[in-house]
Amino acid sequence: MAYMIVEENCTGCCACEPECPNQAISEASNGLFVIDPAKCTECIGHYDEPQCVAVCPIDLTCIIDDNYPRYEAA
Amino acid sequence: MQTVQNHTAAGSAGVNAAVNIEDIMQQVAEHKGCGTSGGSGKASCGSGAGENDLPPEIWEKVKNHPCYSEEAHHHYARMHVAVAPACNIQCNYCNRKYDCANESRPGVVSEKLTPEQAAKKVLAVASTIPQMTVLGIAGPGDPLANPEKTFKTFELIAKTAPDIKLCVSTNGLALPDHVERLSQYNIDHVTITINMIDPEVGAKIYPWIYYNKKRYTGVEAAKILTDRQLQGLEMLTERGILSKINSVMIPGINDQHLVEVNKAVKSRGAFLHNIMPLISAPEHGTVFGLTGQRGPTAQELKALQDQCEGEMNMMRHCRQCRADAVGLLGEDRSAEFTTDKIMEMEVNYDLDARKAYQEAVEKERQAVVAAKQEELQTLAGAHSDIKMLIAVATKGGGKVNEHFGHATEFQIYELSTSGAKFVGHRRVDLYCQGGYGEEDTLGTVIRAINDCHAVFVAKIGGCPKNDLKTAGIDPVDQYAGQFIEQSAIAYFREYLEKVAAGEIEHVVKGDAEIRQGALIAA
Ligand code: SF4
Ligand code: SF4
Ligand code: SF4
Repeated sequence: MAYMIVEENCTGCCACEPECPNQAISEASNGLFVIDPAKCTECIGHYDEPQCVAVCPIDLTCIIDDNYPRYEAA
Repeated sequence: MQTVQNHTAAGSAGVNAAVNIEDIMQQVAEHKGCGTSGGSGKASCGSGAGENDLPPEIWEKVKNHPCYSEEAHHHYARMHVAVAPACNIQCNYCNRKYDCANESRPGVVSEKLTPEQAAKKVLAVASTIPQMTVLGIAGPGDPLANPEKTFKTFELIAKTAPDIKLCVSTNGLALPDHVERLSQYNIDHVTITINMIDPEVGAKIYPWIYYNKKRYTGVEAAKILTDRQLQGLEMLTERGILSKINSVMIPGINDQHLVEVNKAVKSRGAFLHNIMPLISAPEHGTVFGLTGQRGPTAQELKALQDQCEGEMNMMRHCRQCRADAVGLLGEDRSAEFTTDKIMEMEVNYDLDARKAYQEAVEKERQAVVAAKQEELQTLAGAHSDIKMLIAVATKGGGKVNEHFGHATEFQIYELSTSGAKFVGHRRVDLYCQGGYGEEDTLGTVIRAINDCHAVFVAKIGGCPKNDLKTAGIDPVDQYAGQFIEQSAIAYFREYLEKVAAGEIEHVVKGDAEIRQGALIAA
């Protein structure tokens, strides 16, 4: 699993981008932000909580994307 | 008039920080004794301050700063750029879709720029508008929550336009981590928004903060925030960086508490305190907008500012400008400087031309001060308890030079036997735009200046004249083109004479409304 950003909720405030330990978050052409599932480690091994979830001002915007298998820390 | 003793005593009693703050604080405390050193007899410095009222180092820093001095606002322009929209706290008066409500107005969106675009924009504007002397990095977001972009912008500008003053606004949470770097970039003003020092109050304003990689809520969050804000302020003071405090007045939540806040920040060396009215409308989607939290009335705001003034300088002229607005008083030229246009512009930064312009302005400013001093002499010896407010329509230059129907804001002065003191602005909609048949526009103008005895204008039509008179506001056009303070004092002297002769009876005026709609409009 990886985290994903719900596009309708994202305000493009960019608070999440600098907090991600894996640079998995970037700005899309529409000014909103997206998570690269290949880079997202769910913050495992870095922090107790996913940083994008913690800093995002809008609840239920950075959520789990079940389309990906659970990330396993190396 | 304020006494130096008062301030000094209050200053040292409140000082509990490091010893080297003492000196700086001493200096700050001394300059609060406005009028005593310069002998000008002014009741307050702050926004109306002149050269004689401040120690030279501080005066040098603020004299051309339109955000610090109302008088400078007539001659100089500032611009803000939004490069760092991330934020690390949540305020109940903010919706991140829009600008940071700490420093500018909610409900408007500023253009987001990269540091390179921002630097180019600043150069383009400064080359076209020689009045542009100050660049601020403010909202949306907290510039120090995204420090790389903020500092990169400062670095680029310091290199190419060394005469531009830099300032930054912050909610203060990350401030202690960046004070050192701020001092390296030679940033001489920092604005911190401090709405409380009591975490119980803070919990009603801030639902959460993001600190040390964790989200905190409630009283715990507010406690961390206030500790960090005050620590940051002390660190700035130790390094001789001027700090201004912004507070948002939220009736029923922090209105009375702001007196305590004022004492706390003053004792830590803050230079100015700017209490702004809460702007909140349901359509902004902020928590306060949705819960129907109201903003203060004009009288409530002024009463609080007056109450704090004994403690320190109060800033009264903040217009809560749209963060990326460009230009002088009442004239926003941001449409000329959109990102597309800037990127195509050939920029020729002419430092000498800018200097020449600024020298000419200094001469003119001295003339304004001289005219006021002269008129003040005529009030010497007069004693009366009468105080009144007047509204002035002005395009700038310190003169009564705007048509009533063209005014989008009025400047408010308080007249008393100690002179004419600037106390604030009232934004209004254009009365004479015509065309949309809004019958009640004059009504809203009157409600916005309802606490004033007179309105000074360059010109006014017959119809609004009569309506103003009916509302008990004297329309005055005899000072068209003349200096505001000088005219106001002359008017007040005549008024007192008429009251003494029994020709008119002095009545106390009522409250006025702060026009939220006018504040929000772009
Ligand atoms: S969960 Fe952590 S690693 Fe994944 S996108 Fe969010 S911040 Fe980055
Ligand atoms: S923090 Fe939330 S709202 Fe802000 S850009 Fe990231 S996902 Fe969007
Ligand atoms: S600090 Fe500014 S951007 Fe951040 S939540 Fe408060 S008002 Fe909004």
